[in-house]
Amino acid sequence: MWRVLRQIVRAGMPGEPPAEVDESLRLKERLHAQILATLGRALTIRQVDAGSCNGCELEIHALGNPIYNLEGLGIKFVASPRHADLLLVTGPVAKHMEIALKRTYEATPEPKLVVAVGDCGVDGGIFGQSYASCGAVAKVIPVDVVVHGCPPSPTAILQGILTAISVRNQP
Amino acid sequence: MDLLGLGLEASVLTGACHLRRCRVDAEDLVTVALGVREEHGRLVALWGSDERDRENCFHLHLAFEDAQGLLVLDLPLAEEMPSYPDLSEIFPAATRMQRAAYDLFGFWAIGPDQRFWVRHAAWPDTEFPLRRDFDGSRQWPAEPEEYPFVRVAGEGVHEIPVGPVHAGIIEPGHFRFQVVGEKVLRLEQRLGYVHKGIEKRFEELPAHSAHRLAGRISGDTTVAWAWAWAMAYEQAAEIQPPVRALWLRGVLLELERVANHLGDLGYLGNDGGFAFGLAQFSRLKEVVLRANQAAFGHRLLMDRIIPGGVSTDLTPAARATLREFLPGLAAELGELRTIFDDHAGLQDRFMSTGRVTPELAASLGLSGLAGRASGQARDLRVDYPATPYDRVEVRRCGGVAGDVAARVALRFDEIFESLRLLHRFLGELPEGEWRTEAPPPPAGAHGFGWVEAWRGPVFLALEAGPDGGLRRVHAHDPSWENWPVLEHAVMGNIVPDFPLINKSFNLSYSGQDL
Repeated sequence: MWRVLRQIVRAGMPGEPPAEVDESLRLKERLHAQILATLGRALTIRQVDAGSCNGCELEIHALGNPIYNLEGLGIKFVASPRHADLLLVTGPVAKHMEIALKRTYEATPEPKLVVAVGDCGVDGGIFGQSYASCGAVAKVIPVDVVVHGCPPSPTAILQGILTAISVRNQP
Repeated sequence: MDLLGLGLEASVLTGACHLRRCRVDAEDLVTVALGVREEHGRLVALWGSDERDRENCFHLHLAFEDAQGLLVLDLPLAEEMPSYPDLSEIFPAATRMQRAAYDLFGFWAIGPDQRFWVRHAAWPDTEFPLRRDFDGSRQWPAEPEEYPFVRVAGEGVHEIPVGPVHAGIIEPGHFRFQVVGEKVLRLEQRLGYVHKGIEKRFEELPAHSAHRLAGRISGDTTVAWAWAWAMAYEQAAEIQPPVRALWLRGVLLELERVANHLGDLGYLGNDGGFAFGLAQFSRLKEVVLRANQAAFGHRLLMDRIIPGGVSTDLTPAARATLREFLPGLAAELGELRTIFDDHAGLQDRFMSTGRVTPELAASLGLSGLAGRASGQARDLRVDYPATPYDRVEVRRCGGVAGDVAARVALRFDEIFESLRLLHRFLGELPEGEWRTEAPPPPAGAHGFGWVEAWRGPVFLALEAGPDGGLRRVHAHDPSWENWPVLEHAVMGNIVPDFPLINKSFNLSYSGQDL
């Protein structure tokens, strides 16, 4: 046990401050500002891999490490879309995942947000559209915010999530 | 396998991926397969190609590993009735590959399992996407699909369906458990959900930029796939990359192995009820990913290996930083290993869980990391070392217990060995060019790549097309042969141990579904 404690003390608390909100990532504003304010930062996320190469998933996993410390912000991943406020979807949407993704979206209670992660989620990426790929996530379900990158860094993904749940600054 | 004894004449392809290649008929195929089995060889891959425009027939291709190395067989199949002998009795791993060959080409073998595998309902069952006359841009409306799972009957038996959307942050697939109480009687996998048409997509890309697609066959194995791609491309185009580039590829491949093993060890600790492990190992993995970013400009090292060399050189400063960083990592890893080994609760979850005996592993053809933990002492870096592995005497790691504990221990051993190799590669990195011109291979040229990725050996075959294009590309991830073994590993275990057993294999969905 003392080894465990010593390792915890030695490793310290390596957490870093989160990314800033970036309005340019927002595709459209679907939720009323008041709802966003209520959701605030006690957010639950259901991640859906709709056809990714698994690269984006590695970086989404990294959000949970002690350095990005996602749970420290009050954001956590949940096991069911029925418990989720936000769907974090990676693409391209494989044709074989089209129905599963739509059903996941339908199972998520309103109000709900969708963040499409990675170049493939944004526009199909290198896989494009084909007999087996629908391409962008937005071709299958409504999307609020997109995060570019192949894969996007954990910081960029966090920025996308925080942008989705922030209230747009009025000009 | 003595091909000459059969009167078969093999041509030899030289280069980083040395192999023998031979055209056979159906009878010879079975004889060769039995011979390979006899000398404890294995089936590496099975794929098809459409040759109707050239020879009025289809071809079935098979890659075997026998006592002399890689052997590729080509079997012509009749255009009107493309059938071939079932190989699943000789190599059980052939079952799913044969099913996929039907889905994608319409080739059929009279095997025990005639269900679709990678095709769900995205395209009609009368269409075969990898035939050359199939229009890859055509789409059909999505339809729900009924798949005939095998059911277990009896008092108290019930079924647990899981997926394709899983509870964690994992790739999609469906698992159907037949259980009694908490005990798993049977697990059946249904994969193919992330089939996104990668092999067809290759045929639409110019050869010189297709390494980006190869690096995204399975994102966690991007370095190994990019290397296999470069190896195949360079063989087909008859290019010799500079020596420094080969050494840098070794650095990249071992960094990928270290990062993935660290991530897995964290999740294995977590699934064993030890959250401390996840916190510590995920922190260490992040440190490695940041070192990757600093040294090579990408956290996962995507697109660093390209035909002709590497896309980024390692600066003297970055090289020095990486070298200084390795001993600290090894020290922390040693500390964490002691903590894991001394933790009675964790070891209780790991030991005897999800066991695959060496006999079972050999008969089912378990490969790569999981195979080595079950007595299958195969590692391409040791058995057929390409530069730089031929200069450093890679130590073979392995075990025989075949349980989760063995797969955990092997990951520790392999990280330590990778850190040793990195120390050598970085210390002895040759000076000079790191990239050479890589014009596209001429039409009709063939190339192969075979690389020991962190999960196991990845295999890639390509044939160049006219005008700098690609005629056919096949990619085989070791997950193909290892997924079916997971079904066996789970039998008799309790349902809550499934995530632990699954993670200890950590197989690819995208790499298998393509």
